[in-house]
Amino acid sequence: MSMYFDYAATTPLHPKALEAMMPFLTDNFANPSSAYTPAREARKAIDAARKQVACAIGAQPEEIFFVGSGTEADNWAIYGILEAQKKKGNHMIISAVEHHGVLYTCRHLEKQGYGVTYLPVDSEGFVSPEAVRGAIQPDTVLVSVILANNEVGTIQPLKAISEITKAAGIPLHTDAVQAVGHIPVDVNALGVDVLSMSAHKFYGPKGIGAQYIRKGTPILPLLRGGAQERGRRAGTEDVAGIVGMATALTVATKEIAAEASRLTGLRDRLINELLSIPHTRLNGSRDNRLPGNVNVSFSFIEGESLLLHLDMQGCQASTGSACSSGALEPSHVLTAMGISHELTNGAIRFSLGRDTTEDDIIKLVEIVTKSVGRLRELSPLYDDYLKKG
Amino acid sequence: MEYTEKVMEHFMNPKNVGEMEDASGIGTVGNASCGDIMRVFLKIENDVIIDASFKTFGCGAAVATSSMATEMVKGKTIQEAMLITNKAVMEALDGLPPVKAHCSTLAEEALQAALWDYAQKNDIVIPGLEEPKEHDHHH
Ligand SMILES: Cc1ncc(COP(=O)(O)O)c(C=O)c1O
Repeated sequence: MSMYFDYAATTPLHPKALEAMMPFLTDNFANPSSAYTPAREARKAIDAARKQVACAIGAQPEEIFFVGSGTEADNWAIYGILEAQKKKGNHMIISAVEHHGVLYTCRHLEKQGYGVTYLPVDSEGFVSPEAVRGAIQPDTVLVSVILANNEVGTIQPLKAISEITKAAGIPLHTDAVQAVGHIPVDVNALGVDVLSMSAHKFYGPKGIGAQYIRKGTPILPLLRGGAQERGRRAGTEDVAGIVGMATALTVATKEIAAEASRLTGLRDRLINELLSIPHTRLNGSRDNRLPGNVNVSFSFIEGESLLLHLDMQGCQASTGSACSSGALEPSHVLTAMGISHELTNGAIRFSLGRDTTEDDIIKLVEIVTKSVGRLRELSPLYDDYLKKG
Repeated sequence: MEYTEKVMEHFMNPKNVGEMEDASGIGTVGNASCGDIMRVFLKIENDVIIDASFKTFGCGAAVATSSMATEMVKGKTIQEAMLITNKAVMEALDGLPPVKAHCSTLAEEALQAALWDYAQKNDIVIPGLEEPKEHDHHH
């Protein structure tokens, strides 16, 4: 038996998405830019998909551009917006809790001479809109704040931030990869100018994403070449991927209220039960977090060893800790939230999804409780703690 | 990243876990912020290590190397124990992923720190043994 608690890493393909993709993975392999009947069908499928994606986030179809991944969308937003305003300035503002797709792009640009302000977050991971206002300089040309964080699920006050950026005339980008398909996202309600999404986080296929670009936003292409996507993103379209993404998003949007409330119930139950294990801390906000996200630190033990224990018992979860991810830095998100290195090393993320049941939660809690107990028996830190009393 | 079967075996069922009440020498190395702490306990009689145990905070490799190192040191003389290198521990585990090689270094250091503690307490000199450095290792 396998219990999957890593839906924030990726999700299984929805059967309806697969069904919609099949014709374009088999019989109809035409290049949608060609001038014969199957190509026109493929083109029609892309147009329909564009409408579906636009509809799901309250945008116009002309404002949706398909890309190769959430990472590409993030990179495009940063490079494209900066390059389009080169004459105006070279300073950007991003939160300290961005996904690597934004963070590493900005760190790279910083080395090239761009100015970057990293907005601090509070202990629950929230950016303060007032801090955005305070960070704006005359040469600021971009603000980028992640909508929902991938590690701790914190949902940022984008609307309040967009009021500030709009008044200042600065384009606002948001990485909405973890949010779209899971919580209602409306580009006009949020007031963002550019919004990035990725299909494999909402039961669509991997390797396909989309960028929302509000009409009039200054942004140049990242990829140049063919005239696909109205000249703004070159490259022959992944028709099957695009259709799969749109189908998955349409299904997710239809079920969003019911599924979010079901997952919130399971999430809160899991949080409560895990917190009843002594010396356990919840990372992130109790309420204002993604419906499927749970992130906890167990004192005195290290995250990877717990993950391995869980894995041997059929539970799949993840950590942002140094050792397990192969990344050599501790989680920049937890660190920005002011959490000690010891606790960031012991952080585990359980992310719930479509197939998670109450039964799974009960079994998971049992297994985690046992494993934490065993690892604490091994831990010299736990000994030291018990001796100090 | 992939662990060998040996590593997983020692991780899931570690040997020699626990504190030792009457240890002759105790060595602790590593720090929590870098992710690994190892504490090794040795019982030594007539220059022979008759028992060894450990407590470890750390990843799978850290636990497995502690388990293996304490297995390897049992029954050895102090001089033989001095020859247990991180490489030997790693080989006994059929290898470690490259990013985890530092864990075996930590095991070697923990053994030597416990020997150092024993030497200090008994006012003896173990040839080739150096005072453990204040630990500040980085990945
Ligand atoms: C918040 C966030 N942004 C961007 C990405 C990258 O998306 P992709 O895997 O499609 O490149 C991810 C997921 O990996 C994510 O969680």
